[in-house]
Amino acid sequence: MGTMLRGFLLLLSLLSITAPAFSLYEDQVGLADWHQKYIGKVKDAVFHTQKTGRKRVVVSTEENVIASLDLRHGEIFWRHVLGPNDVIDRIDIAMGKYVITLSSEGSILRAWNLPDGQMVWEAFLQGPHSSKSSLLVPASLKVDKDNVILAFGKGCLHAVSGIHGEILWKKDLEAESFEIQHMIQASGSDLIHLVGFVGSSRFDSYTIDAKRGELLKHDSAAIPGGYSGQASLVSSSTLVVMDSAGSTVTTISFQDGKVTFSQTPVSTLIEDFVGKAKLLALKLEGVFAVKTGTHTTFVRVTVEGKLEVVDKINHATAVSDVLEISENRQAFAFVHSRSNGIDLTVKLGADWNHDLLKESIKMDQERGSVQKVYINNYIRTDRSHGFRALIVMEDHSLLLVQQGAVVWSREDALASVIDVKTSELPVEKKGVSVAKVEESLFEWLQGHVLKLKGTLMLASPDDMAAIQSLRLKASGKSKMTRDHNGFRKLLIVLTKAGKVFALHTGDGRIVWSRLLNSLRQSETCENPTGLNLFPWHVPHHHALDENPSALVVSRCGPSDDALGLLSFVDTYTGKELSSSSLDHSVVQVIPLPFMDSTEQRLHLLIDASGQAHLYPKTSDALSVFRPELSNVYWYSVEAETGIIKGYALKEKASDDYSFDTRSIWSIVFPSESEKIIKTSTRKLNEVVHTQAKVVADQDAMFKYISKNLLFVATVAPKASGDIGSSTPEESWLIVYLIDTITGRILHRMTHHGAQGPVEAVVSENWVIYHYFNLRAHKYEMSVIEIYDQSRADNKDVWKLILGKHNLTSPVSSYSRPEIMTRSQSYFFTHSVKSIAVTSTAKGITSKQLLIGTVGDQVLALDKRFLDPRRSVNPTQAEKEEGIIPLTDSLPIIPQSYITHALKVEGLRGIETVPAKLESTTLIFAYGVDLFFTRFAPSRTYDSLTEDFSYALLLLTIVALVAAIFITWILSEKKELRDKWR
Amino acid sequence: MGKKVVLLFLFTLLSVLSLFAPSLSGFQSDELLVDDDEVGQPQSHSQQSSSVTKSDQTVTPSPTPRRKFSDSDSDSKIQFTLEHAFGDSDFSPAGTFSARLKTSAHGGQTLTKLRFSRNAFTDAEKESFKSLVEGDDFYKIRLPSNVLSPPGKDFVVTSVKARCISRETLDEHFVIHTEGVNILGVNYGAPAPCSYPRPAKLPSKWLFNSYTILKNTEQAPRTPLFIQDVLKTGEEGEAEVVAPPERSFWAKYWMYVIPLGLIVMNAVTQAMNMPEEQAPGQPGGGAPAAPGAVQRAPSSAARRR
Repeated sequence: MGTMLRGFLLLLSLLSITAPAFSLYEDQVGLADWHQKYIGKVKDAVFHTQKTGRKRVVVSTEENVIASLDLRHGEIFWRHVLGPNDVIDRIDIAMGKYVITLSSEGSILRAWNLPDGQMVWEAFLQGPHSSKSSLLVPASLKVDKDNVILAFGKGCLHAVSGIHGEILWKKDLEAESFEIQHMIQASGSDLIHLVGFVGSSRFDSYTIDAKRGELLKHDSAAIPGGYSGQASLVSSSTLVVMDSAGSTVTTISFQDGKVTFSQTPVSTLIEDFVGKAKLLALKLEGVFAVKTGTHTTFVRVTVEGKLEVVDKINHATAVSDVLEISENRQAFAFVHSRSNGIDLTVKLGADWNHDLLKESIKMDQERGSVQKVYINNYIRTDRSHGFRALIVMEDHSLLLVQQGAVVWSREDALASVIDVKTSELPVEKKGVSVAKVEESLFEWLQGHVLKLKGTLMLASPDDMAAIQSLRLKASGKSKMTRDHNGFRKLLIVLTKAGKVFALHTGDGRIVWSRLLNSLRQSETCENPTGLNLFPWHVPHHHALDENPSALVVSRCGPSDDALGLLSFVDTYTGKELSSSSLDHSVVQVIPLPFMDSTEQRLHLLIDASGQAHLYPKTSDALSVFRPELSNVYWYSVEAETGIIKGYALKEKASDDYSFDTRSIWSIVFPSESEKIIKTSTRKLNEVVHTQAKVVADQDAMFKYISKNLLFVATVAPKASGDIGSSTPEESWLIVYLIDTITGRILHRMTHHGAQGPVEAVVSENWVIYHYFNLRAHKYEMSVIEIYDQSRADNKDVWKLILGKHNLTSPVSSYSRPEIMTRSQSYFFTHSVKSIAVTSTAKGITSKQLLIGTVGDQVLALDKRFLDPRRSVNPTQAEKEEGIIPLTDSLPIIPQSYITHALKVEGLRGIETVPAKLESTTLIFAYGVDLFFTRFAPSRTYDSLTEDFSYALLLLTIVALVAAIFITWILSEKKELRDKWR
Repeated sequence: MGKKVVLLFLFTLLSVLSLFAPSLSGFQSDELLVDDDEVGQPQSHSQQSSSVTKSDQTVTPSPTPRRKFSDSDSDSKIQFTLEHAFGDSDFSPAGTFSARLKTSAHGGQTLTKLRFSRNAFTDAEKESFKSLVEGDDFYKIRLPSNVLSPPGKDFVVTSVKARCISRETLDEHFVIHTEGVNILGVNYGAPAPCSYPRPAKLPSKWLFNSYTILKNTEQAPRTPLFIQDVLKTGEEGEAEVVAPPERSFWAKYWMYVIPLGLIVMNAVTQAMNMPEEQAPGQPGGGAPAAPGAVQRAPSSAARRR
């Protein structure tokens, strides 16, 4: 019997492994998860509105996405993410059916089919050295009935066949460091002019026959006054450049083999000019634009080469490229932002006094200044010219403006998430906040009518959709209040644009969004970048009448010593409560586990000089912090020098809220043999439920659980490049486990013949890391589990009874750790973008790894597969415990992709948040796309499933009660009858 | 833990006593067995030599375990100093490590046979140490990161709360992590646990009890390669499928047998009751036919009466 039970248990455990506990049925998709597609900040756009058919705009973005958008609704027709290694330089449309992209510094030219986004052909352009790139798709140029695309990159000009992507000819310009500025097709001829600069002082012009690729002419001349990198093409033979000081405009005329220069100081054009002037990229015939401060001045170059000011605009303005609306008529637009909207002006190039279009557009929210504008024209019903404009705003959003209104907008800042934190929703207040989100009586009635229709089979497909959405609503997942299971939360997201969003976990909608004022460009802060988000104030005592707030830490520039900025955001309303510019830099932010009396979390900000600053700056916070001063430690990893240092605070404060620090330990990696490539720590808020692990033979092992564990991976400097750049003999990977309080190296291990990139995750008492094994030509994942030996003798029952154990004594890092490590490596098929681990409220539920695969999906892998105790033939006892027989590689079960059929394009990070329900964890994966789902690593053992039929349960109970009652009556009657007998 | 170390110490002392009996006269220290957490790790790849030295006594070379490379290797002696600081004071020499530098055939250099002589505290140092203990402050030590060209890239610093090493004597424990001639880090602290809150206690004897261990990197376990094993287990697995272990009839079919038995038993009891029911039922005359189960109990009871 015993063996049978064991066999049954084994069967169960095996079933639970093989049958994925987390796969979905098709109709469950979208119930607990959502997926949003974004493209990122648009950097170039080409309209395609000719002829009939769907009107679209093709855009390329900073996230290296090329996408075709519907002009009517802003939806994505198709999209390709080229990734950070393949930066898109130029896009264009060729022959009315292909989208041409030039990427990777002009070395890859691709053609995509316009309607469906299929790649038609791809050409690799090679050249001797890297240079700027340029793309020209001539409309009328044909070589042997084949349209030619001219691409300049890597110092060579290539002519590529538009139909099948063959390179027709290639011309090496043999000029080192020639930076191309413009590629011009002389109108009506087969001649191509290439104009550009060598260094900052020489102007070069090449004339090439586009049919055969012969260099016909090469002119070169030194530019007086130098060159700042800004140039504007005024006509096919005139170029205007700004000098390096930004104070003189040089007009270069390169007609008929002669290069002539004429210089004009900016101050003669613009009165009261100070500072630096910039040239705007405007391709208008005869006119260029100079930007000085907030002013934009349009200057005309006359035929004789004279300069005259045409117009001056006193606002920060974005200017569009020139649009040819008919023969010899050119239009262009400029847009500037007002307090609550934008002004769009379209002018005809030839006629300055007349506006073709002047519209002011109201906007419902703050989107910052206008960054870019692209215009497109259409024929109105009254046969006049209408214009639509695609506008890129400071918050990276994309707007389409037509007829004075915003037709659609896209919040593409969400493609560049920097940090994510969650915030609880408001507690349900009776009758107040709920009434706002709940439907009105009429809607309620309407819903019931719809449902009735559905049951009577009278509903049309539209009605069915409405019923489905009602059903989703009825499940309450998008309510704006806290739920019992903790599934509903707000995801507070900080983006590269400096915009903070709150997304609802139920349906992913944007609850609020705010472009932080402190994160906008200003005089004092040139280039603000967001760093981190921290929960600042989480009310527990006054949860009903206080709103939680989040802290946004940012700095004024990319370097470490740029001054810091703090701003505080209300997480319910999105209001920026306050913001402050700091007088010190921010290198590291340490959220302390202390609160002041108003429940504000204490934070320690470390600046570049090693000083620690306490926030909030209140005496209350200081009095909380003072007693803990000697227990605060932190560490810094200097990856360039290969030194890890630990610090403690000095007792004496240098001023009230700033503390001097002192270095207390250091670990020095020899630079000739080791280079730090990855560090990883445990999540601060991780909860561990059991300290001991019961192993098969009724024995227990104590987990070494330390919040101060740092995982460091170093590789041989030779092997720090790409995979394949070094031999297995000269590459190795060394992993360290370091205690960050004392700087003890707890464990050190070398993988010979292995190299990065390393991805790692630390949780509980284990580390899992992913790397490449050069000898086996495979990726590998290794696990290290750490057990505490010093508490191993606590297993004696008598000791426990007599109280002679050391389980309750505080653990000190200064005690010599007696640890034991177990480790094991397994092959893994995929390369990995990111690894995370599930986290649950109490840490009871078993863990699953969440692996962001190279295919931009999230794969769940049971931690048990990465158990170092797996052996080839596990004993019966081990099998019962759930140890899986050893295999050399980790299985990839297709059903365990938690993103099911979806892709999180450009996946960068996976965030896990525990729900209140112990079995469940919330997963948010972000990249260019966003994906959110609920996940139960060992099934929802603590709640009934959503499709559980409560009605049936109720019916059974009622039936049983009725049966009991009836039989009782019957038996009473019977008894009575018997007694009468 | 403390007890364990002492036991180990005594044990090794005895064993070495028996080995070095003739040359023993003045020596007391000798090799500490390899640290607990390294037991069971592959020894062939990790070079550890360890010694327990008492600073107030002469130092003995510990018997080194046999190594892969022996005669062809050239050895050279090397010394590097341990420096210490009290709180934020400047560093000053505190002792000397001496080791042998082994150059293996393929050019790699390793440190072995580490010995340590600790300088006793001067009176001024004692005073500073006392103030450290009172203020629960850090006692810092540092070593050069490169023993051939000290200090190398930087010093390897580590600190411990002074109260931790202040016991009866001053107990300290070094684990020096090396990579060739480089020192990466030092684990420094008391050999015994140092529980929090730390009592402020001055040592009764100003003597150093130093334990030193030299540690090199461990080799990671190789990924299991299964080409042969898979075949073997595969065959075994198939064999298992072909001939599953014989189980008894009962073990195989209990789930069918038990319900069947129950049904049979039920039927039998019903069949037994049926004729009895009919016998007393007939005189009942006009009584309606009640369900058998309800009828059964009172009727049999009546019968017994």
